Amino acid sequence: MARMLSLTLNGRARTDAVSDNVLLLDYLREVVGLTGTKTGCDGGECGACTVLVDDRPLLSCLTLAARVDGRRVDTVESLAVDGKLSAVQRGFHEKLGSQCGYCTPGFIMASAGLLRRNPRPNEAEIREALGSNICRCTGYVKIIEAVQHAAKLCAEGLSP
Amino acid sequence: MNQILPAHNIGDYVPMIDGPEKVSGRAKYTADLLVPGSLAGRIFRSPYSHAEILEVDVSEAAKLPGVKTIVTGADCDKTFGVLPIARSEHPLARDRVRYRGEPVAAVAAIDDATAKEAVRRIKLKVRELPAYHTAREAMADDAIALHQHRAKNIERDVYFELGDVDASFAAADLVREASYNCAEVCQNQMEMHAALADYDAVRDRITVHASTQVPYYVHLMLAQILDMDMSRIRVVKPHVGGGFGCRTETLNVELIAALLARKAGGCVRLVVNREETFITHRGRPETDVRLKIGLRKDGRITGVECECIQRGGAHSGYGVVTILYSGSMLYAIYDLHNVRYIGKRVLTNTPPCGAFRGHGTVDVRFAFESLLDQMAHELGLDPIAVRRANLLQAPTFTDNDLMVNSYGLPECIDWVERQSGWKERKAKRNGSGGGAPKNHAQVNGAIRKGFGFACSHYISGASKPVNWTGEPHATVKIKLDFDGSIVVLSGAADIGQGSTTILAQAIAEVLGLELDRVRVVTGDSEVVPKDNGSYSSRVTFMVGNAAIDAAQNLKAVLIAAAARKLDAKPGEIECLGELYRAGAQDKGLTFNEVVTEALKDTGTITVTGNYSTIPQSHGGKKYRGAAIGGTMGYSYSAQVVEVSVDEETGVVTVDKVWVAHDCGKALNRLTVEGQVQGSVWMGMGQAMSEEAAYHDGLMLTANMLDYRVPTIQDSPPIEVGIVESIDPHGPFGAKEAGEGSLAAFLPALTNAIADAIGLRFNDLPVTPDRVFAALERRARAAGHKANGGA
Repeated sequence: MARMLSLTLNGRARTDAVSDNVLLLDYLREVVGLTGTKTGCDGGECGACTVLVDDRPLLSCLTLAARVDGRRVDTVESLAVDGKLSAVQRGFHEKLGSQCGYCTPGFIMASAGLLRRNPRPNEAEIREALGSNICRCTGYVKIIEAVQHAAKLCAEGLSP
Repeated sequence: MNQILPAHNIGDYVPMIDGPEKVSGRAKYTADLLVPGSLAGRIFRSPYSHAEILEVDVSEAAKLPGVKTIVTGADCDKTFGVLPIARSEHPLARDRVRYRGEPVAAVAAIDDATAKEAVRRIKLKVRELPAYHTAREAMADDAIALHQHRAKNIERDVYFELGDVDASFAAADLVREASYNCAEVCQNQMEMHAALADYDAVRDRITVHASTQVPYYVHLMLAQILDMDMSRIRVVKPHVGGGFGCRTETLNVELIAALLARKAGGCVRLVVNREETFITHRGRPETDVRLKIGLRKDGRITGVECECIQRGGAHSGYGVVTILYSGSMLYAIYDLHNVRYIGKRVLTNTPPCGAFRGHGTVDVRFAFESLLDQMAHELGLDPIAVRRANLLQAPTFTDNDLMVNSYGLPECIDWVERQSGWKERKAKRNGSGGGAPKNHAQVNGAIRKGFGFACSHYISGASKPVNWTGEPHATVKIKLDFDGSIVVLSGAADIGQGSTTILAQAIAEVLGLELDRVRVVTGDSEVVPKDNGSYSSRVTFMVGNAAIDAAQNLKAVLIAAAARKLDAKPGEIECLGELYRAGAQDKGLTFNEVVTEALKDTGTITVTGNYSTIPQSHGGKKYRGAAIGGTMGYSYSAQVVEVSVDEETGVVTVDKVWVAHDCGKALNRLTVEGQVQGSVWMGMGQAMSEEAAYHDGLMLTANMLDYRVPTIQDSPPIEVGIVESIDPHGPFGAKEAGEGSLAAFLPALTNAIADAIGLRFNDLPVTPDRVFAALERRARAAGHKANGGA
């Protein structure tokens, strides 16, 4: 069975006919073509697919697309403002929070979610907010620095 | 007149030049390439550990509407493998399956649901054979051979003795022997394997996009498997989500995708899931090490005997090289003269193992640094002093003919000793200082603190490439045209380690230009020169040197053009990056003016840069396989790990790591730090929680919850000290930075645990269960004693 799904995706309203069993992750990647959101595991293990639904981080691989009807969904593609990197994106780029880059969209969205609700997180809060995201390259040290740098950039007026 | 200086970047903190793509979601990985009309591929895998194939029945699958094509072992009788001497693997099993998960058949269908259903309908009829899931079982006298040409399932038997080991033990003050077991571990890179194969039936050509570390090997193996002329094949490497060694080999995935695409006459997208990535992992083999060391009271090592048995899995893969590295890399870190090595690489009915970060060196280094620490304490010596008593004097050649030109290990040791407060801590614990630290120094309830130390090293690329063709080891091209942008063409595969950035940096540095004038094109065999690939930490050294050569060649062309235009001799031209002039009084030419002049001769300028290793670096001939271990430069690492051990739960927490890494010259301090931290952390995963566990050949840990990768909550601060020994052959003096710091973490951890609670853990990973059980055993034994028991 398919149904009509209406949502606000990256700031734009859209409606698609989507089968009931389609995951939000597959909807984003294969129906809409937003491949920034990554598939990293067989379900709920790694956090690479994290997106924001009404500003809250959610694993799109454990969420049916139908569940976000009427909601606001933001993916990594939404963060840049006028083509310029957002605070979190700059943090991950400038502090090398991203090496191979595959887990990066998930980490960035989880971090953006954190900074939207808590613009000045301490290290423990950063660790907690990113506790369900796996990175295999960095050892996380520079990811923490990236989020701290992003918080600083937010304080200077950049959006997360 | 303002002083004009060329731009510099070497030694700076330089964010990766492809970073903006990665943080914005624009970077395309293979699975992100969605081609309208492409077919979905799925693989049918063996549910048996070891069996003779009687029939692969695909008739029911073929009847399913939407199924375009099915391939089985019958479609390809060719074999592949990374080593030219050991190519015994079929992309799809023929006659026999040798591990659970081995590909048997594959389907291409109009969509994934159809492909999945088709795979479900495939029936495999077999006669089961005895299966061997451990090295011991596979080597038993009555075991049948997995591969006919390998009796007793020994893929490679290595033996060498250099010096007189028995005499060296007789001359020692203390001789100790211990056994170690390191569990099999998987790379578990974040991007699951994927391939997109597009066959052009009109021209009989194929394009394969693959998540690989070595597009060149994929190219070679596609030609072999498809029995197709290499000129008809194009291999593209998009962004790659990590590799850590598993993607240095060509994998079944890309070969099967190509077989499907050709048979279907179209484009096939084959993306495997996390479970499939685990059960075909090509990781580090389970390794048993028996190690014996002779030590004098002054800390000098008199001799070493090492026996190493690796459970290699069902196919040869890198096996021969891995077992040779484990022996040869006993050398080149300390001054050793009497060494006996016995290595056995064993074929078993488990997934094929391969090259994993620190290839072949890690488990033996764990054993070595553990036993040395234990013996130092037994002799009342400081573990750091023992290392200092055994340092090499560079430049030198080791007894197994490895060339060591630069050796920053002493400075690494100094740095971690100073930075971690090792001496102060020791003095505090002993009251007056001197001698070995006593155990149980800091006690806080059930939490005991400990400090551990260890060293490790690694190669900067193997001096002899796997495929010896006589070509230079690395080649880089630069194109310069009317627009004045420097376009670098390189086959070096950036898998997240930052090789693309290093190439841009090296070339910008030589030309004195800002980094943003340089663009790097990589990863498409149609455009870029062949590269030997991203393995054994070769790229910065080899391709970096080729990039410098190319940039120097371009600079010579530009200087010649400037000289002509300025009516000066080339030797009089001063290159200041954006300005070329003949002496300080000359107003000179802008870079663009020089380019315009240079183009007059030849039109678009292309220059080549090459690099070849020197024969002295190729290793020796003192035993069979002695070339393995040869490199142009070794990196060195020293680490101090601080732990807290909870004696009530057995939980070990790493509080902090101090690591110093000798990378010759840090071309990019940001990426060096990132690589070193990543290495240390990956060592932590192996040491503390990661393990590929099996039941009857079925992997029990084929997901990221059961295969326990440390999370951000488990991971310590890692302070990095960069030691720059300036290698005489390295690009700007650089050596590798991405692997050498992994191995030292493992023994530094167990040495720290021993310091904290007085118990040594020789089996990895050191899980809370193991620690708790050991504490319980000790408590029971103590209770027994207190109660007067025997």
